[in-house]
Order: sequence, then structure tokens, then C-alpha cells
Amino acid sequence: MRYFRDVGALARKDLLLELRARDTLPAMVLFVAAVFVVFHFALPESPSRLETVGLLWVAILFTALLGLGRAFVPEREQRTLDGLVLAPCDRSAIWLAKSLATFAFLAAAEVVALPLYAIFFHRVGGATIAAVVLADIGICAVGTFLGAMAVATRARDLLLPLLFLPLAIPIVVGAVGASVVDSPGRYLGFLALYDALFAVVCWASFEYVVAE
Amino acid sequence: MSAPAATIGAVGRTSRIPLPALAATSLVLVTTAIVFVFFVAPTDANQGFSQRIFYFHVSIAITAYACFAGAAWQAFRLLWKRDPLADLKSYVCVHQGVIFGTLVLITGSIWAKISWGRWWLWSSDQLVLFLVLFLFYCAYFMLRFSLDPGPQRANLSAVYALFGVVLIPVSFAAIRLAKDIIHPVVFTLHGPNFGGWILVTYCISQVAMLVLAYTLYRVELAGKQLDGRIRELREVLA
Repeated sequence: MRYFRDVGALARKDLLLELRARDTLPAMVLFVAAVFVVFHFALPESPSRLETVGLLWVAILFTALLGLGRAFVPEREQRTLDGLVLAPCDRSAIWLAKSLATFAFLAAAEVVALPLYAIFFHRVGGATIAAVVLADIGICAVGTFLGAMAVATRARDLLLPLLFLPLAIPIVVGAVGASVVDSPGRYLGFLALYDALFAVVCWASFEYVVAE
Repeated sequence: MSAPAATIGAVGRTSRIPLPALAATSLVLVTTAIVFVFFVAPTDANQGFSQRIFYFHVSIAITAYACFAGAAWQAFRLLWKRDPLADLKSYVCVHQGVIFGTLVLITGSIWAKISWGRWWLWSSDQLVLFLVLFLFYCAYFMLRFSLDPGPQRANLSAVYALFGVVLIPVSFAAIRLAKDIIHPVVFTLHGPNFGGWILVTYCISQVAMLVLAYTLYRVELAGKQLDGRIRELREVLA
């Protein structure tokens, strides 16, 4: 119970910070809208559903990267990560709280992005929304973990996409598959499996990422 | 003087097989494998001479997997047992794995060019998987080289190497799944009747590649250890 209270407190801190500073979420929403406009000009005249769904997922992935890159910036700028590590709570709580906060930002950006996609291109089905939720869990779990890694390096923001994209390929496969086929059960199951597997790995090994 | 000397002592010999003997064995095995592949194994009825590249392609691929598995194992040992040498071993394993992985991509490409007239085919599961792994493990180097040597670098590298063994089966499943949506399976590989000289040749080249990889691993490890010792001695003298 104590563990979840810690997670709640840490996640609330991130959400409060974003509510006051408002520097991540507006950037994500603007970015995804701009990407859609770029897609319109990059795609052929009246593109098929298959083409636009693929690009929707590219847009979601890059928007997520934008948010993930910012996730540990406040900790770095204010030097609060040392404090968090020293706090008398399980280290994996830091990862879980940060993932939850990133998930909230990404979901909020998608609440704008998906209707926008529906207006600009094609309508969004129930399977796509289910895929978005499952993919978001995986993206945030793995991405937050790698974000914590990247922020410890000299290269910082440069490194996160390099570390993240190879690991995100299975998410893209599952998500695009679920969005385009008639019976998406298999792809959604695969996404859920990915989420569970990597969430456990991240949860178990986060200790080593922040510990000196 | 005594503290660095103690650490130098800890970086001792890691295996009892002497390096020259290992090098000689891998030379003999690789030569035998080449002789068997080109002169003993029968020419495939469907694919002809070009099929012979498979003996190398497949055995190199399995060797690369073995390297990545070794890297993950050493990473696990580092995190679990705090073995001071495990970080270096894990890194050398990944390095060898990337070298062999690149060879898989090259041999696969040559084979694709000869069989289907194109240098790259997205329909070959193994090739796509190796491309993903290649990107993943190249990022490993980026991560490692942008950290200062120390326990944090060892930890982060180890955790990332462990992610690799989770990623391999997941990516493989993903690539299989993606085939159904992106394009149907256009061709299936009609494997030869696996037996007789084909099996013998394959086994020899497989063993040869594994021993070669192990030899290279030992050479690189010895070199890296020597570097470390020289650096320590310099620090003592400075």
C-alpha cells in the first residue's frame, strides 16, 4: 500500500508541475497537428486507409518521443533525481510514477490527435483506440525507462530515439496490425504481451539505472 | 602501490584454454568448413551453387545469437554477482555479436541478390530481425560511449544488453505477425533433405564459426584487459 502511495505522490508531482509550467503537453499537441499537415502534403492525393494508419502510428510514436524526451528534464535541471533516489521509497516507484505521468500526457495529446486524424483523413475504429491504449502503455513503460538511461549520458536527448526506436518496432507492428485487419484480437494480444513483458523487465531493473 | 596491484591481480586469466591453441583450432576448423562447403557438400538441385552460402549464413547467424546470449548472461552476472570482469566480457560479446550480425546481413544480401535479383528483401524474417538487432546493438555502443567508465556505465550497459534477449523473441514474433499485414508470404524456402553430407558440412561450419567467435572474443578480451592494466600502471607511475 505504501508503495502505491509513493507512486501516487510522485505522479502527482509530475502532473502538478506540468499543470503549472505547461511546457510538454501543448508542444506534443502542436507537434502531432503539424505532423498531420506535413503528411497531407507528403501523401498522394486521397490516400488509402492503410497508408494513413501507418502514418498515424509514426505520428504517435514521434509525439511520444517528444514527451519522453522531456520526462526527465525537470529532474535534470533541478538536480532532483538524486533526491528521488535517496528518498525512502522503492526505486521502481520512480519509474512507475514517471510512466504514469507520461501516459497521462500522451493520452491527453491523443485525445486531440485522434479526432484530428478522423477529420483530416479517415475515421478511427474501436480497434484502433484499443491499440492506442495498449501501445501507449508499452511506449511509456519502455520509453520512460530508456529516458532515465539517456538522461544519465553525455549525449542526453540525442540518445533516446536511438535507444527507443528498435524497441518500439514490435509496438508498431502490433498497433498497425490491430488498426487495419478485421479481427484484431491477435495483434491486441501481442501488444498486451509486449506491455506485460517489458513492464516486468523495466520494473525489475530500474533500480540499476538510477543506482550508482 | 599495493591497491592498484591488487586490482591488477584480480584481472587475471579467465580461461584455461591457451589462446594460441584456440587460434590454431579455429583456423583448422574454418579451413575444413570451407573445404566441405565448396567441395564435399552436394550442389542443391533447385538453387544450385549459390545455396552453399547458407552453410555460412546460418551458422554465422546462430553464432551471433550465441554472442548476444553470452552478452546477456555476462550482464546478468554483473547485476547479480557484481563480477568486476563481467562488464568487459558483456561488451566484448556484444561487439562480436554485432560483427557476426553484420556478416549475416551481408551474406543474406548476397544470397537475396543471387536468388531474387535484389539486395534487400523485407520478406526474409531472419534478415529483418538482424537489421532490427543491428540497430539495437549499435545503440548499445552509442549508450556505452557516451558514459564515463564506472559502475553506472556497467549498470546501464548491462541492463540494455538484458533488454536485447527479451527483444529477440519479441521482434521475431512481431516480424512474423507483420508479414500477414504488409505482404503475404510470396515464397517458402524448400529446405534440402537435411541429412548426409549436408548435415555434416553444416555441423562443421557451425562449430567452426562458434570456435572462431570464441577465439575472437578471447583475443579482444585479452587486448582490452591489457589496455586496462597499462592504464592502471600509468596511473601508478604518474
